[in-house]
Order: sequence, then structure tokens, then C-alpha cells
Amino acid sequence: MTRLPVRKTYKLYIGGSFPRSESGRTYEAEGQNVARASRKDARDAVRAARGAFPKWAGMTAYNRGQILYRLAEMVEARTSEFAELASGRDEVEQTVDRIVWYAGWADKLAQVLGSSNPVAGPYFNFTVPEPTGVVAVLAPDEPPLLGLVSRVVPALTGGNAVIAVASETHPLAAIELAEAIATSDVPGGVVNLLTGHRAELAPWLAAHMDVNAIDLAAADGDLPELERAAAQNVKRVVHGRSDVQSPWEIASFLELKTVWHPVGQ
Amino acid sequence: MTDLERTRERTPVPKDWTYAPAPEARDIVRIEKRYGHYVGGDWIEPSETYTTISPASEEPLAEVGQASVAEVARAVDAARNAFGNGWSEISPSERAKYLFRIARILQERSREFAVLESLNGGKPIRESRDVDVPLSAAHFFYYAGWADKLEYAFPNRRPRPIGVAGQIIPWNFPLLMLAWKIAPALAAGNTVVLKPAETTPLSALLFCDVLRQAELPPGVVNIVTGDGRTGAAIVEADGVDKVAFTGSTEVGKAIQRELAGTGKRLTLELGGKAANIIFDDAALDQAVEGIVNGIYFNQGHVCCAGSRLLVQESIYEPVVEKLKRRLATLRVGDPLDKNTDVGAINSKQQLEKIQELVASGEEEGAEIYQPPCRLPEKGYWFAPTVFTNVAQSYRIAQEEIFGPVLSILTFRTPEEAVEKANNTPYGLSAGVWTEKGSRILWMAERLRAGVVWANTYNRFDPSSPFGGYKESGFGREGGRHGLEPYLELE
Amino acid sequence: MDAVALEERAASLAKRSIKREAKVFALELAIRMMDLTTLEGQDTPGKIAALASKAVRPDPSDPQIPAVAALCVYPNLVPTAVARLEGTGVKVASVATAFPSGQSPLEAKLEEVRWVVDRGADEVDMVIDRGAFLSGRYAKVYDEIVRVKEACGDAHLKVILEVAELGTYDNVRRASLLAIAAGADFIKTSTGKLPGAATLPVTLCMLEAIRDVYEETGRMVGMKPAGGIRQAKQAVQYLVQLHETLGVNWLTPDLYRIGASSLLNDVLMQLRKERTGIYQSADYFTVD
Repeated sequence: MTRLPVRKTYKLYIGGSFPRSESGRTYEAEGQNVARASRKDARDAVRAARGAFPKWAGMTAYNRGQILYRLAEMVEARTSEFAELASGRDEVEQTVDRIVWYAGWADKLAQVLGSSNPVAGPYFNFTVPEPTGVVAVLAPDEPPLLGLVSRVVPALTGGNAVIAVASETHPLAAIELAEAIATSDVPGGVVNLLTGHRAELAPWLAAHMDVNAIDLAAADGDLPELERAAAQNVKRVVHGRSDVQSPWEIASFLELKTVWHPVGQ
Repeated sequence: MTDLERTRERTPVPKDWTYAPAPEARDIVRIEKRYGHYVGGDWIEPSETYTTISPASEEPLAEVGQASVAEVARAVDAARNAFGNGWSEISPSERAKYLFRIARILQERSREFAVLESLNGGKPIRESRDVDVPLSAAHFFYYAGWADKLEYAFPNRRPRPIGVAGQIIPWNFPLLMLAWKIAPALAAGNTVVLKPAETTPLSALLFCDVLRQAELPPGVVNIVTGDGRTGAAIVEADGVDKVAFTGSTEVGKAIQRELAGTGKRLTLELGGKAANIIFDDAALDQAVEGIVNGIYFNQGHVCCAGSRLLVQESIYEPVVEKLKRRLATLRVGDPLDKNTDVGAINSKQQLEKIQELVASGEEEGAEIYQPPCRLPEKGYWFAPTVFTNVAQSYRIAQEEIFGPVLSILTFRTPEEAVEKANNTPYGLSAGVWTEKGSRILWMAERLRAGVVWANTYNRFDPSSPFGGYKESGFGREGGRHGLEPYLELE
Repeated sequence: MDAVALEERAASLAKRSIKREAKVFALELAIRMMDLTTLEGQDTPGKIAALASKAVRPDPSDPQIPAVAALCVYPNLVPTAVARLEGTGVKVASVATAFPSGQSPLEAKLEEVRWVVDRGADEVDMVIDRGAFLSGRYAKVYDEIVRVKEACGDAHLKVILEVAELGTYDNVRRASLLAIAAGADFIKTSTGKLPGAATLPVTLCMLEAIRDVYEETGRMVGMKPAGGIRQAKQAVQYLVQLHETLGVNWLTPDLYRIGASSLLNDVLMQLRKERTGIYQSADYFTVD
């Protein structure tokens, strides 16, 4: 008698837990029923991200770097599972290496992007980069794992909390990634992953007043409309790249704060 | 009298509350009876050996090698081979991953290393456990991240490794100094021959096992043990392209003389006689903590120790009072006891040097204070000591004692504080205590020291550059700047 | 005050490793220093009676375990407490002055103090007017404490600063010195009614103020952390901090109290573990 496997249920990842969509809907992708996130799920994800942001941003950069490195460890450990859901081992290995690359940036950003500025007066003046806050990301359809990670991890490295909409055609890799995230000491709510129809979810995220930045590179549909919606709270609109790794991908989600202090008696 | 005292019978108070011994277990670390040198990824039989001991008890711990000129040459060859045959060609991201592995393994084996460090060197387990080992792992983690990002560290320059680095480290932070040397060197693509200090070889030798676990390619890191003769052999070896030395100013100068005209790159991290400056608006209790931390941390065996206290005259009395009271609560004892604050002096030689300088202090007219302290029979010990009535010209105010001895001088104005602080051939570090931000920055601008600590002391971080001005050496370790000594920047 | 350095020093002291005899000494001292507390709207004489027996005999199966220092209750329960603790040596401490907010007219507060003292309270735990303090009316805060101290008569006075509302360590130090100058026998961290009550850095800050007063005038004032101390391990940390900041002379319930309720059973569990060598279960200790 052949053994009947116990199949996985593919759910969303919000606030560190794996809920089904509050709408109860699913759609079929890669031969599976996958949760189809609704605008309310997106709303809940933003709330979770906002709640988790202070803790993540308040950790030392070294600590964030270590946690991201552990995420790489967790992804590496699941290489065979990921390989089946992505385009193969190569994509997984590139993904792990990319996470490691970004992990190593956490405690160096201030040195490369910040500065001490020689103002013309008896003042000490310095500029530090800080995370912008809650970042929404639309991940590209392909490559399903590397594309998602290339957009989400730079935002995390800088200290942001993220809501990402996974590849619509190949969402299973994203859910596998959620499982890796959940086991890597990333605090709940720092990363939230929604599966579903990108075109349905994007406008709600683009218009959400508590989202600070949005990556629209993979948006389909009416891009100018999304950018107009983003203007309502002056969101930082980013068109990120998944085919490169660069500190500038981190910088797009950072603010710069400059502080003055007199030097004297 | 409070009403309480008037109306109540007092409950008797205890005579004392001694904390029971709380020793960290030794058996977590395995010490071999005998060690060779670690060359080309393997152990080689040493031609000559000596015994390394625990300075707290004088107990012999192991036999270690005294590397000869020939053995050093073998190590340098191994490093050259490893450099030429791949280490500098391995993709930088792969180099990074080796360093990340080393960092993680150090974290996993942290208790072993902490115990060994305290046993062999004499520092309290609380320090090795909470400071030395975590910082060492962090240092590897930090530089691992730079290995494949060098082009961002130096705008418009093409960074290339130098080749083989010969590195000689001191006995005060054996594992941490090893991390400060090896991590940036490897991140930049170099290979290394490193000699730990004569009295503290064991953590470096245990580190070789970490290298084995990390599967670092053979010859990338080579470790040879021995005294000053071995160090000289490394400095003089032809195959060494760059020398990094941390130790006394005297030896540093000798090395600089030796390398003159050879074109070899050099960085030196030498001695110091730091001024710890307290203004009358400082948060006093915290400042006293800072003074204590500045000079009694690691028994004062710290190049950047705040060994000269410059107190603003108007608060001299309360500071000295509080300091003496605080000294009485310092626990001197077994380094492996978790409650020990001040451990053993690293060696007989160092103890004699401290005793000599302290005697000179008394002869020259300074007033000595030592809290009542029961020192163990065996081992090398010195009670925390404070000198008041110290003049700038006394030996104890000029020479580096490298022990738990603080000299207190006074000043009246900020300008005078700056003048006194800078009046030394050294320039490694300084401390400033004041609640006024603008004054901190004003002092920092004027102090001729590579590291200025304000309202804190003895803080280290892999991302924070460390190094001296003047005779405290040149070159920086830590931070983006710490990469520069290990790169050719075209 | 420098907050970073203060917190570091507190953390460093908290790492002391106290073993065996030294630990037993600390745990027994912690019991002798405890103000066993119940301050609930739902307190009844029945509850007080039960707590009073616990206070006198914390562990019925072990007569060696000492009694606590005091029972701390709301004014209405003072008569029951006094009756139950008559002749036992355990004191009755009453909160007063519109505890916990302090937001009542001075006359009402003084009347409350006189009321509890008349009915036998040995100790009064008052709250300072944080509203006045934070709006800079220090003289008002001072004056109230002086008046309350007068109203206390022979009862001894603990002044609750409510550190969680004061915001900064500088304010805690300022409030400590103010309360001591106005006649406090003890300064106390909190009412226990707000989250985040006693913490090691805050108590260190207060002990340093006490130390400064002692060094300057010879007067010895007591300290009481209250709120959030639930584990024996914490109690030992507080005592280590006390020992290393003020010395052995303060290691007495006359100068240090711990305001707690569930702490007692955890201390009893630890003591039994030290005696027997095995880890304990809460099932074996009475809940009163």
C-alpha cells in the first residue's frame, strides 16, 4: 500500500503567524490552493509591520546583520525544497549568497552612507541614515525566490518592516521563505508575506496612509494611478531592481538625519 | 537621628556578606599537554618548547613551541603559497563566508574560549565572557561583510590585497587582538603568519581548531608561538609584505627601525598614558564608575587605560572620597570566579615592573592608597592602587605602568586640562566627563588622541576605528578605515 | 545622572553569582525584609486574615523560616490587620494620601493618615504629588511630605516617588533628595499599580542619593523597591546592589524593604531547593 502524504496548506504570513485570508478565498497556483489575500489582510499586515518596526529598527545593526545571516542559514538548510519551488538549485544558492551579502551591510551603512560634515562654524554636524519605516514591496513573478528576496532583504537590512506581495504565478517559494523567516529569529511582523492577485492588492497598499515607501517595479496595470495614490502621504516610490545587489537598493528605503551641536565651552 | 532611630530597637546587621565562590567550570575546555606550530593547515613538531602557566596559581598548563627562524620561514612559505595559489583569487563572497563561519563557531564555542583566556592570561571570567569573546566573534562578523564590498570602502580606488601579513600580538587581550589582526587581513584577501604573546599562546592555539572546523584553506592562517626572538624572525622574514604589531612602544620603535628602507608596510599599536578628565559638572557617581573601569578593567593591562585621572580641582575631595570607597568594593581573586572584578597580573615580569614604578611613586613624593585586600599566596597579584599628590613630572605620571595603578592630578580650567592631557609622547586615548555636550566636542577637538571617550570609557566595537597619535603608533584597527592597512589601493 | 552608565553599572551588579550559604543568607534576609502586600479593590477582612497568617508563618512546614517585616494594606483593612498581627512582631503598613494617584486635597490626605495611625498602623506609605512635581512645584511636594510626616506621629513614613511617572533618572534623584529633606524615613519606588515599577537602575539611582545624604549628614534613610519583583533571583540582585552601594549597615529591614506578594513563594521555593537540592513546584506552597 502506498502511503498517503499529508499535504501542506499554503497560508499567508502576517505578524509572525500563518493565518488564512480573512476573506476565506484561495486561488490555484502551481497545482495548489493558495491563500488569496484581501485588502483587509493587507491592512492587517501593515498594522503588524508598524507594530514590529520599532523593535527591529531599535536593534543594533550588528544584531540585525546576525539575524539576516541566520535567515541565510535557514534558506540554505532547505535548499532541496526551495529548488523544487524555484527554477533550480542555482537560484537558491544565489538567493542564499545574496542574503549573506546584504546581511554584511547592516553595520556598514552608516559608514558609507552617513558622514560628518565640515560646516563653516563651531558646530559638530553629522548625518546618519535611518529606516523609513513600513515598506510595501510588489515582488516580480520571476524568478520567484530570488526576485522576492532581492527586493525584501535590502529593505530589512536598513531596519524597515516589510509587507511583500509574492509572485502571483509562483507563490509557493514565498511561503517556503516565510517558514524560513519564522525560524530565523526575525521578530514577528517585521516581514509579512501576502499571496494573491497583485493587481487587486497593489492599489490598497499604494494608497495606505501608514505605509512609508512602496516598490512598484513589478506592478501591473495602471502604474501612474498607483503613483498618484502613493502621493497622498508622500510615499517614497521606488522602482527596485532584482537583478543586482547594491547598497543603493538599501538606500532607497532610508532617510537621512542631520544633527548639529555647538562645539565650545 | 531619624524617628526610626529614636523609637525602635535596631535589628542587628550582619558583620559581612561574603559571596560564596562561584567558579566557572574548567573542564569545558580541553588543553593539550603539548602544542606544535600550526603551519599550512597542520601541526608541525616544534624544535624547542617552553611551559605556559596560569598566572593566578603558577600552575603549568601546557608545553608550547618556541619557533625558530627556520620554523618561521616555513610558516611564511605556507602563507605565500596559500596567497599565490588561490586565496586572493577565491571570489570575495566565498572569502566572506569563511569569515562568517569563523564568527559563528567562535560564538558557539564561546564558553570554552572565555575559560581558557582567563586561565592562561589572568583576566576575570566576567570580562573574557562578556567582553573579549563576544567582541572577537563580532570582529570576524563585521569584517566578513567587507570582504566582498571593498570597492565601496574606498571611492575611486581599486583595492587589492598586499600579500602575506606578519602579525605580532600582546598578552592583554589574546583572542581579541588575534581577531583584530586576522579578520581584516583575511577580508582584504591577504594570508597571515601570527604570533601570540609568549605568556598567552593558548587561545590562539585553540583558535586553530576553529580554523579546522571552518575548513579554511591550508596556509591562509599560520600560527607560530614563541618569545621576542620569534617575533623578530617574522619581522625580518623576506616573504612578509606587511607587519602589524601591537605591544610596547619600545619594541614598536625597534620594528620600525628594522623595516626602514625595506618598503614593507607597517602598522603599530603601542603604549599609552591616557588622561581621564573629570569636570565639575560631571555625573559624579557614573564618572567614578568610569574611572574604575578605565584603570582597573583587565587589571590595567590596557594600552588605552585611563591611567592619569585629571580632576577639576573644585571637585577633587568628593571624587577622591567616592573613588576610595568604590575601590574597597572591588573583588580581587581567582579569575575563574564569576564574582571577581580584578584578576591576576599576567606575569612575574610585569608584576616586578609595576612594583618598581609604584615604589618610584612613593619615593618621588606621591601619596599611595590601597584598599585592604587579601591577595592569594601563589600567583602574581597587585592590589588596586591610587596615587594622589602626583606631579606631572613623576615617573608614575609619565611612564606606562600597565597595571592597576591610577595617578591623580588636578586642573583648574579646560585649557589646562587639554595642556596636561596632551603633555605626553603618547596619544592613544582620552576620557572626558561632563554633562555639557558642547564641552565634550570642544575637548574632543583639542585632545591629541586617537580615541576619545566621553562619559564612558574602554568601549570597543568592530565598526569603531582604534589607534594612536604620536608614539602610541599609527594605523587604525576597526571600521572601514581598518581595511586600509591591509590593501594596496591603486 | 548619566543614564547609560547607570544602567550599565546596575547590569554589571546584577551579574554577581551568589551561591549556597551566601544565597540562603540573601533569601532569608529577603523574607525578613518583605512587606507582604495586598492592595486590591476586592480586599476583605478574610483576605487579610489569610495573608496575616502567611506573613507570620510563611512556610507552615518549616518553622525556621522567619516572619516577614510587615503587611501592607489599604486603610479600611488596617483594623483587621492590626488585630491579626497583635503580638507577632510583624508590622502593619498602610498606604494613605489618596493612594495610588495622590490627586486629592491635602486636608483629605492628612485626615486619612491620622485615621490609619489612630487605628494602629506602624508605618505609612504615602505618594508624592507627581502632578505638582512634573509641573515644577517642588515646594508644594516638599510641604506635603512635611505635613504628612507630622501627621504620622510615631509611625514611620515611606514616601512613594512613583518612578515610572517621573520620566528620567535625574527626576528620580531630585525627588529622592526632596523626599529625604522633607523627613522621609524611607523612599519607595512605586505604588505597584503601574507597569514598569522597580528596576535595578532606578533603585541604584535612589541608593546613590541615600548614600550622598549619608556621607554629607550621617543620616541613614531606607529604601523600598515595590512592583515587578516576582522572582527570588531578582530579590537577590536587589540585595547585592544594596550591599555593594551602601554596605552591610543597610542589610536590615529597618533600612530596606521589598514590596511584594508573589515573591514570597518563589523565595520559599528557592530556599527549599537550596536545602534539598531539587527543583520545586508551586503546588507545595500555600497561596493566601
